[in-house]
Amino acid sequence: MSDLPEIPPDDEDEFGVVKKFCYVNRKAPYGTVYALESLEMVLISAAFDQDVSVVFMDDGVYQIKKDQETDGIGIKNFSKTFRALEGYDVEKLYVSKESMDERGLTTDDFLVDVEVLDQAAMSALLAEQEVVITA
Amino acid sequence: MKFGVLVNEGPFTHQCSDSAYQFTKAALEKGHEIYRVFFYYDGVNNANKLAEPPTDDRNLMANWSKLAEEHGVDLVVCVAAALRRGLNDDILAPGFRISGLGQLIEAGIQADRLVTFGD
Repeated sequence: MSDLPEIPPDDEDEFGVVKKFCYVNRKAPYGTVYALESLEMVLISAAFDQDVSVVFMDDGVYQIKKDQETDGIGIKNFSKTFRALEGYDVEKLYVSKESMDERGLTTDDFLVDVEVLDQAAMSALLAEQEVVITA
Repeated sequence: MKFGVLVNEGPFTHQCSDSAYQFTKAALEKGHEIYRVFFYYDGVNNANKLAEPPTDDRNLMANWSKLAEEHGVDLVVCVAAALRRGLNDDILAPGFRISGLGQLIEAGIQADRLVTFGD
């Protein structure tokens, strides 16, 4: 992705407060714009040094599926951006076990390392967040 | 309580903007503070002053502008989402301003609760 936000220098502490931001991605990566613009929110949160977690559930698990090919639909392939998250210190990536299993996927199918959480663990994760943004 | 509001859908196709507007209005009437309303995704279309809904229908764009005028609510439209959809300062309804996504993160930090309205 060419339009990655710039990371502000460390001495420029914009807000001085760190909150737990969690982005819950529930939609497939292509076909709607939700996944792409959600990722932009994730990157900006990280650029502002927030404590960011990203959850993939329902069809959202397809967002990190390997081997996405978008040439045929004429849409920019932004899937590789998920691999750049680590560079923004966004390393807390979670996948819903139920959503993954229902779609016949395993962690080998994903572009990035994730932690797989069952419904109870996911519920606990979301309960401890301070800002939850779903798309 | 201090609320931030995130509006993720445009006017009319979804209930989203109506619900967000009603929530914001009700919160203000109950004496709560609205730190900011942030418009993202197709939500940026709520700020298009060129929209002309039929006169027997509600005018969401005008409703939002009125909230800004009467209560000083900060209505912020995401610049990247807006430019993608052809919205710029020339067609921005009164009371709205265009700024960066950082304004959403700031709302998440400063508000006690960030409430999302979407599909």
